[in-house]
Amino acid sequence: MQLTLEFGGGLELLCDSVKIHDVNVIPNNEVDKLTMKDLLVWVRTNVIKERPEMFMKDDSVRPGVLVLVNDCDWELSGQLDTPLEEKDVVVFISTLHGG
Amino acid sequence: MEGNHEKARVRLCYLCNQRRAALKRPKTLEQICRECFYEVFEEEIHQVIVKNQLFKPGERIAIGASGGKDSTVLAYVLSELNRRHNYGLDLFLLSVDEGITGYRDDSLETVKRNELQYGLPLKIVSYKDLYGWTMDEIVKTIGLKNNCTFCGVFRRQALDRGAALLKVDKLVTGHNADDIAETVLLNILRGDIARLSRCTSITTGEDGPIPRCKPFKYTYEKEIVIYPYGYGVKFPWIFFIAYCISLLSVSYW
Repeated sequence: MQLTLEFGGGLELLCDSVKIHDVNVIPNNEVDKLTMKDLLVWVRTNVIKERPEMFMKDDSVRPGVLVLVNDCDWELSGQLDTPLEEKDVVVFISTLHGG
Repeated sequence: MEGNHEKARVRLCYLCNQRRAALKRPKTLEQICRECFYEVFEEEIHQVIVKNQLFKPGERIAIGASGGKDSTVLAYVLSELNRRHNYGLDLFLLSVDEGITGYRDDSLETVKRNELQYGLPLKIVSYKDLYGWTMDEIVKTIGLKNNCTFCGVFRRQALDRGAALLKVDKLVTGHNADDIAETVLLNILRGDIARLSRCTSITTGEDGPIPRCKPFKYTYEKEIVIYPYGYGVKFPWIFFIAYCISLLSVSYW
């Protein structure tokens, strides 16, 4: 599944300072369905190059990290259960920095 | 199945009931679209300013501008509300250069950009000029412990001095609701009753030369971060760049 991932608010520093990643994620199950929960695991393994604890805590993103799926707050679409589709854009923004 | 999937993904804004909801507001848990969020965000801040009588027409106001997310959004929103509601304020940007290499240089660049974009005059006061020390030099001398104490004290005084040089009537800072909540918890844990009683005031230092106020006192951090991001329809493109660079500039983890 082709997806575009964006990292902001300093999170890009965990991915070699690259903000935008065009990725191809292969669902790990028979039904070819991908949820945000699956994607997070994939991102931690394949995109995050250092300090994964700044991105994720247990199954989800670390508190203070906002997630938008197609410009929409993931809290509206079920957070970890949010289903993903081809060409979706997922944005991760950290709020943990100075004001 | 496809139809259900699509339906589940589309929720309407609770305010206009027409556009797709794009954000769940942490303040109210309401689902709101982009356009309504802009309006509500700005209107609420306007109401805070009016209800708490933060400003008087003709006042000179310095915005403590670090180049970070809160002060950048504050500078934009305040200049916009000043224009829209005719507050009649003379606004300035006031920045402090602590002399931390690789940190302050980037965020000061952001504030200099804000100066050009918002047309707000900028004053930078530096620790080096005021005290003869940069933070880099202080850390070299005393190590990494306790330098925050020095910096905090120096910064407070630097802002006061900068405000005095600009001859302003008030200083505004971008402290938000999350910051205040953290401060309350900190003071409880420390048992600091004196500070606890003062720390939620929206205006402080009224008995001193330069009062300070916090227009973002009731504004949630998540909303401040979301406000410019992806809502570029209203937030001019170039501000968005400055905003992102300002977020990048704070990389100490």
